[in-house]
Amino acid sequence: MNHAHDKHHGDDHGHQADGHGDDHGHGEAEYHASYRGYAIGFLLSVLLTAIPFWLVMAKLLPTPGLTAAVILAFAAVQVVVHMLYFLHMNSKVEQGWSLLALTFTALLVLIMMSGSIWVMHHLNTNMMPMHEMDARKLP
Amino acid sequence: MLMASSTAALDAARGAPVAFFDDGSHHPQQGTLLGFWLYLMSDCLIFAVLFAVYAVMGRSYAAGPSGADLFDLPLVAVNTGMLLLSSITYGFAMIGMQKRSQAQVLGWLAITGLFGAAFVGLELYEFRHLIHEGAGPQRSAFLSSFFALVGTHGLHVSFGILWLGTLMLQVKKLGLTAANRRRLMCLSMFWHFLDVVWIGVFTFVYLMGSLPATA
Repeated sequence: MNHAHDKHHGDDHGHQADGHGDDHGHGEAEYHASYRGYAIGFLLSVLLTAIPFWLVMAKLLPTPGLTAAVILAFAAVQVVVHMLYFLHMNSKVEQGWSLLALTFTALLVLIMMSGSIWVMHHLNTNMMPMHEMDARKLP
Repeated sequence: MLMASSTAALDAARGAPVAFFDDGSHHPQQGTLLGFWLYLMSDCLIFAVLFAVYAVMGRSYAAGPSGADLFDLPLVAVNTGMLLLSSITYGFAMIGMQKRSQAQVLGWLAITGLFGAAFVGLELYEFRHLIHEGAGPQRSAFLSSFFALVGTHGLHVSFGILWLGTLMLQVKKLGLTAANRRRLMCLSMFWHFLDVVWIGVFTFVYLMGSLPATA
């Protein structure tokens, strides 16, 4: 982001007066993308993708429940890796507003997912006898 | 006491060169990128709703086929690889942009587009195969939610490819102008974001769907 400031001065000549400098590359926020960063992110994500596929396809773990928990953990780590290495997320992007929006969204998603699963699971449990009988009658 | 210290500070400041506390760091430098990020977050909520629907409906097979019967994991693995590769090639395009190398940007964008097209192609092949087997979206709640979630993601990628093609024409015609660089950064976020959503899809839908039911 500091880099953006140098840019700012370079790009901005002649745009100060027209009052809508924002449309002219005003203070461009360029991150420092590097081959190294992308390579690390890529290798990590290949690893974090391959292991869950391997676990499921080779049926390595004793119970499906355990496998599910492990691959969900891998997915969570991979999401973080992508956020850091590909989306260049950190607390300084847009003065922290991006991270704040992300955190808020993650909170909403968490509430929505766990709430839906929780409520609907209870509903399903209570409805189960009817449900199963209906399913058995189907061809 | 307070007065004294503030006058002392004033006296000290008179001799010193003028300093501003506002160094510009709190000004939004790129409203567009923040706005686009907020759009992505709202898009994330759309996917979250579809994931929640799948979480609830994903085991309601209506005596039809289950994920374990249908999913072809090697195909999904290849598909995931396509998307991962497209993510890193887009990254290389961004590095080209930093170097202001138009040829590098266009080349890597084209490769990214090809990987994206391969991804969508494989997904369409999978969908066609499923529908052909009688496992279309109307078969069961599981398949409805599956097609809604995976289809929405595929539609996003398709529009991403369309956007990518448009942007390539823009870059070719206008060069790496500030506006085009901003657009490239927006598409970069979009593209990597779709990859993040795909992590959820392959884990939650394909891999967990292929596991035998616990209950």
